[in-house]
Parts: sequence; C-alpha cells; structure tokens
Amino acid sequence: MLKTFFFGILLGALAAAGALYALPAVDQAREASIVSVAPNGGNVEVFRINVPMDRVMIGTRDAARPLPPGLEWPAADVLASMHTEVFKIRNARDTVVGVGVRNAARGAGQAAVVDWVLHLPARGSLFANMEDAAGDGGRRSGTIRSGSREFAPLSGFLTERWVENASDDEGAPAGHIELVAAYVGRLEAPDGPDEATE
Amino acid sequence: MKFLAALLAGLLLGAASFGAVLLYNPLTSDRGLSPLSVSDAELITLNFSAVPSESIVYTNDGESLHEPTPGKVLQLWEAPIRQTSAMVTVMRDGRNRVAGLGVKLSSKSESTHLLHGEAIVDSVWYLYLPEHGSLFLQQSENYWRFIRDVAFPAWRSSANSWRGNWLGDLTAGPGALGTAAVSGGSGRVAGLEMAGVESLLVRAFSADTGLVSADGRLIIEFPEYEDVAATAQP
Repeated sequence: MLKTFFFGILLGALAAAGALYALPAVDQAREASIVSVAPNGGNVEVFRINVPMDRVMIGTRDAARPLPPGLEWPAADVLASMHTEVFKIRNARDTVVGVGVRNAARGAGQAAVVDWVLHLPARGSLFANMEDAAGDGGRRSGTIRSGSREFAPLSGFLTERWVENASDDEGAPAGHIELVAAYVGRLEAPDGPDEATE
Repeated sequence: MKFLAALLAGLLLGAASFGAVLLYNPLTSDRGLSPLSVSDAELITLNFSAVPSESIVYTNDGESLHEPTPGKVLQLWEAPIRQTSAMVTVMRDGRNRVAGLGVKLSSKSESTHLLHGEAIVDSVWYLYLPEHGSLFLQQSENYWRFIRDVAFPAWRSSANSWRGNWLGDLTAGPGALGTAAVSGGSGRVAGLEMAGVESLLVRAFSADTGLVSADGRLIIEFPEYEDVAATAQP
C-alpha cells in the first residue's frame, strides 16, 4: 500500500505538471481579421465605433453631462485643454474586437495634438498620431507611429471620419466613427555598410 | 479499496507538493536591480495610484476582482475584450505635481506559462504630458512575484488580506533588458524611441476586493544625446 501511495505522489506531481504545460492558462477569444489588399500596396483594415453605445468615457473639463455618470475630471490646469475618450472598437462585421483611446489636446502656443491608440487583445496594439486639421470629407489622416506584437513590424496610416447614421431604425446609433488603417511593412536597411552605401 | 484510497491520497499530495514547489521555486525569484536604475540618461518619473477605485475611470468585464469605477461605467463584457481592463488616471511627477494623463489598457496574455513562473499581462500606456508631448508605452508585465508574495498570502490568510511593503518591477519586456518600448508621438518627444519600466509598491491587498493601498511608477529613459541627434536628422 505504501508503494501505491508513493506512486500516487509521483503521478499527482506529473499530472499537475502535465496539465500546466498542456492547458493554456489564458485563451483570448479571436475574431478573424478582415484585411484587404490596397491597390497601391499594403493592407487595409476598417474599424468602426458606434456612437453613443460604444463610448466608455468622455473626459473633458467642460462636459455638461459627464460620461460615465459620476465621472469627476481632475481640476488641474495641465489637463484643462484635453478631450480624452475611450471606446469599444468594432471590426467591419460590427463585432467588438478591442478598446480604443482618442485624445485631443492643445497647449498654450502649441499645435493641436490628436492621437489614437487601438488595443486588440488577441493581436496587439497600435499608436497613431493624427494631423491637427481634418481634410476633404471630414477625413483626418495620421501616421502609425508604433505598434506591439502583430503590429510591431508595421507602419502606415490611419484615417478617421465621422459618418452620420442615415437609417430611421429604432435604437440605431447616431452615427459611427470610421477608422481605416493602412499597414505597410517598415523599410529595413540593407545588411552591411557596403550595401547600405551602394 | 485501501489501495485506491492510498493512490488518491498520493495523487492529491503529489499535486499539492508540485504546487508548493512551483510557488516557492527560488529560480523564479526577483531579477534584482531595475535596468534603468543605473542609467545616466535623462529620466521621466511618473507616479500614479494603482488602486482602481482611485483612478478617474476603471473598467473591466464587471466580474473580476476589481470593481469598475464609477459604478455606471460601460463594462468590457464582449468575448474578445473580456480579459481586458482599461484605467484612466492622473500622472504625477517626482514632486507630486500633476504632470498629465495616463490611460492603461491591459489584457491577460496567452504567453503566460505558470510552469516557468510567468503570469504575463500585455499592456500599453497612452500618456499625454503637456510638458513633453504624447507617448505610447508597450510592455509585457509579469505578475508572478506579486501573486507569490502578496496575492497568495492574502488568499491564505484568515482575514483574506495582506499588509506590508512589496516593491517590484512588473515590466518584463519586450526590451532585451526587460524594459518596455516607448515611442514619442508629439511635442518634445516626437519621433523618439525610448525605454521604460513600470513598478508597483503595494501596502495593502485584499483577496476579496484587490488592491487597497498601492502606488505605481513609470520610469521612462530618454535616449542618449547622440541617439537623439541621429534620430532628429532627416
């Protein structure tokens, strides 16, 4: 019986180790990426944010109705010019796939800053710095400055546009923010100094 | 029947022993000195409260340890973001003055390997500091030491709580020295690539409600002057 007991200890330790090795501790739910190839190279992915249902936070000093209710925006002067929003992000199939942050700010005597961070848990995150003024059709362009994991080797562009809702359906959003990300691979310097100078 | 009982008792003891060895494995102890603590470069130090209820907004799936705040904030309940949390908080400089705003988005990572002492969280910070500009910090955090030294003792205690002083670096990558990658987006730091480290000081933790008293710190290292000059050249 003692032998069986010791065999059980060994088996229990091995089973615990095997379970920890084989079973994933974390398993993120994944949605298939909807990426198309752009005519002039690179890949394009479209995200959308339904407003107001996907808006998690509006952070600004002058908000008449703060979101979420009960939010107390800090009174510090350095945060006075900021307008920070947090959203849920949807893919082109209207499925929530991530969380996004948009920040707009203008310091005294400084150009306006508009930044986006898109965080897609199963894939990674990207950071884009937008132009201060919107262009044709209310479309604002920006440059993808950095990314993590899947987006780490990519650069490219991000555009944002407000699209008003045309449908009369009850419960339809007031509109949506359309984000179009165009990814291209980063240019790598050729190996070796000789090749780089040729 | 006696043999079956002995086998079952052995199985349970074996699994428990393995758990204890895993938890107190000295090979997964602290790596020691922070890689940025010996840097000669200019550093930005940012302090923030790590207690979710003291942040401006904190949200998650609504069923995790920390409760969303304010109470009516939209929760991240959809499957792809259910293991994600978002925190918006005030960042203070070394003199405890408000330096700007920080937004942290964290997700449990599939690269977690408990067998290797890795409880990984993939997180990004968006920082807007009017004095410097906007920054994006991306990192893998390892919470294994925190679980071993704080969360597990709290769970085991009869009061379900832990008190003391626990200080540790959470950042474990992607930098080779276990540092976070920081990119400047606008202002003085536009275009700069930097390194950073996030650390946590815990004074009280409850197994029922999470962090009770804790402060976080982000240290961001500017590149050396030569690197800045090279980056700034067209």
